Amino acid sequence: MELGYLFTTILKMAALVAWIYGLLWGLGRKLIWQKALTIVLAFGIIQAALLIPLGDTEAFSVFDQGLLYQAVSMTMVALGLNLIYGFNGQFSLAQWGFYGIGAYVAADVTYRWANGDASGLFVAGIGVVLAALALVGVGRVLRMRRGIPVLSAFTFYVIAIVIVGIIAVFAGGVLARAVAPGFGAGGSGFLASPAVVQIVFVLAVIIAGAFAAEISFLFGLPVLTLGSDYFGIATLGFAIVVQTLMVNSDTILPFPEMKGGRGMIGIPKLTSWIAAFAFLVVVIVIVRNFIRSSTGRATMSVREDETAAKAMGINVAGSKLMAFVLGSFVAGIGGGVYAHYIGFLSPATFSFIAGFNPLIIVVFGGLGSMTGTIAASFVWIFFLEGFLRVLLAQMGTEAPTWRFVLYPITLLLLMLIRPSGLLGSVEWGFLKPDRILRRITGGGSSAPAAPGAPPAPAAQKGQA
Amino acid sequence: MPEKTDLPAALSGTARRRRPPLAWVGNGFLIIVALLAAYILVSNLARSPMVFLQNVLDGLKLGCVYALIALGYTMVYGIVKLINFAHGDVFMVGAFASFYSVSQFNLHQWPQMLFPAIPPGLSIVIGSLTVILLSMVVCTLLAVTIERVAYKPLREAPRIAALITAIGVSFFLEFFGALQFVFSPRFIPYKSPFDQTAWYIQDGIHPIVAGQDIPDNTITFSNIFLIILVAAVVVQLFLQFLVRRTKIGVAMRAASFDKPTARLMGINVDRVISFTFAIGAAFAGLGGVLYAIAYASIWTQLGILPGLKAFVAAVLGGIGSLPGAFVGALIMGQAESLTMAYISTPMRDAVAFTILIIVLLVKPTGIFGEPAGEKA
Repeated sequence: MELGYLFTTILKMAALVAWIYGLLWGLGRKLIWQKALTIVLAFGIIQAALLIPLGDTEAFSVFDQGLLYQAVSMTMVALGLNLIYGFNGQFSLAQWGFYGIGAYVAADVTYRWANGDASGLFVAGIGVVLAALALVGVGRVLRMRRGIPVLSAFTFYVIAIVIVGIIAVFAGGVLARAVAPGFGAGGSGFLASPAVVQIVFVLAVIIAGAFAAEISFLFGLPVLTLGSDYFGIATLGFAIVVQTLMVNSDTILPFPEMKGGRGMIGIPKLTSWIAAFAFLVVVIVIVRNFIRSSTGRATMSVREDETAAKAMGINVAGSKLMAFVLGSFVAGIGGGVYAHYIGFLSPATFSFIAGFNPLIIVVFGGLGSMTGTIAASFVWIFFLEGFLRVLLAQMGTEAPTWRFVLYPITLLLLMLIRPSGLLGSVEWGFLKPDRILRRITGGGSSAPAAPGAPPAPAAQKGQA
Repeated sequence: MPEKTDLPAALSGTARRRRPPLAWVGNGFLIIVALLAAYILVSNLARSPMVFLQNVLDGLKLGCVYALIALGYTMVYGIVKLINFAHGDVFMVGAFASFYSVSQFNLHQWPQMLFPAIPPGLSIVIGSLTVILLSMVVCTLLAVTIERVAYKPLREAPRIAALITAIGVSFFLEFFGALQFVFSPRFIPYKSPFDQTAWYIQDGIHPIVAGQDIPDNTITFSNIFLIILVAAVVVQLFLQFLVRRTKIGVAMRAASFDKPTARLMGINVDRVISFTFAIGAAFAGLGGVLYAIAYASIWTQLGILPGLKAFVAAVLGGIGSLPGAFVGALIMGQAESLTMAYISTPMRDAVAFTILIIVLLVKPTGIFGEPAGEKA
């Protein structure tokens, strides 16, 4: 049985990797209808595999389907981390915390909605939008005077966020009371209909991403100015504090429905393949376009040499912050997708030790390689969560601990042998750096100087 | 060299003339936070001075344990510029080593078993010292092995690769220790090598007898508190002596100042680095034993948070400075103890990282740190 299972798992992993490469290849075609056709085909293939029985069972069992959603959310988290660590050279352990923040925020919004309370959506939605406006506005004002110390800027942002938060709680509460009759008695109203709930789900995931991004802005603003390894420790501290807050979400934080350390139950399971796939494609496109933009090139130049980048007139602090915020946004979206697939959130899921998963994925897939990260996420989830969990479960209760013994060893060996990542930095299809860029930097896609694919990021630099 | 002396003066002159705009906002923010903390502390001090003093003593105990760990961090960082993340887990291994030597092998009773005529007090002292020394040796060996296997190949590698390696080593120790046949993943009640006695202060010092109520408004302390206090101070003095007066201390300072030049001067830098790891680990082992005796419960992830807080303490005191590590650790102990008592118990960890961020923003060199020019 085990050999058969091993064989089918490997087959599934190979099929998924081929599917990813096909998707990226198709997205890289020139004509718009080719891209659209690719997306439809890529969606349809998996959807068919999920629905159509193959022999006496589906090609993807329910278990595999869960793995698929987990892989999608892990891809987003890892892409965000790759943006921060791989492309920008900032070693962050906070990614898992932002993932958790996204998961909890999205879950809270839909949980409240499912229980006939619109305040989650309105408060979070208004808060996120107003906070974004406030942050941009304060940033504009602060930019008029150069050389403002980071602590002062931070103070201004915090004051703005607190004011906005009070407004959002007040306005959201009023609006929620206004629409409360729309839910009807016993969930029969218009607002409780499945279509509306789906819209709320999508909104909740986006809000979760934006919320994580805004938190990461406030956190990153002072912390990104620290040195590289101090930044690592501070982000580790962030992950620990976020988990502490999750454990005490019903005592320190005013969210009794999150139930603190017991874990949040009763989250509507709304993640469907179409939603997960759509979010995945959107995230890939966003990150890829960011990297190919001028801001993205500035981001990469900061990784290569901060001093030289500054000499070229690049806003070093700004581009670090940009990458950090975008990476956290993506992680928050991943968290939202995950929360609505699993339906149960426990603070233990978001312990900083589990935060090693995306780090290993990024190192495996190659620092600064999006293709590698996406492929490695799928392989990692299917291999470890699927295959290893099934096999190791038969080995005894020690198995989960053994996994965490093997993680660090893997990481140690990778650091000793190939600090730039196992699969190197080769990009594929859609993610290939375009021809003009390659000509400027004078190399092919796999050449060391290619902008999307420099080798040994951070490895050249003592401090990055 | 006139131009060399002129340049910094000119730079500092311009820096003094052109202060950054709106700096007062950030400073004001910090001052408000500090005033708020001071208000909480003073109001609680006024309400019940004895309870406050008791919390300060608890913080002192915690701070002295942190001081023992922080010494290793600060020395290693001073020389190899590496955050030795596994240091906290070496601390944990020290606690476990003493646990096994006490509960499995009864090592703390060996003088009495070999020489029944020996007075019991002396036997306990010798036995406990043996247990502590054994833990220190185990930790030393472990740290030197880690240094040789994991850190040495990465000495020329970027700092982030070394940091990831250090975190990897740390997790490996934690989860390898959590395997059933190693340490087991559970919390283990710790069996102390000597009996703890406690006293309370009320018109003089009285011992606490089992079954007797402690009067209100008194301060209690135990023998382990005194031992930790003495150990931290003695270790601090010993290391000061080692670093300032001995040959290896001179070599350590030279290596931390300039490794290539130290090598040219005939110093075996690799051996100095190994020695630094070893001596830091030995005192982490001592700290582990004392921590386990004081808090009476051990598990394999015991070392993560004390390790991180000790690192923050080292940064706060000025990384690379021995008295800085001591003072920083005492401050961290007070911060944690008073936060637990008067603000919020679960947020005791958050305070440590907040202090880290504030220190790095306001005074990155720490309290005793030299304004290092060669910031790598």
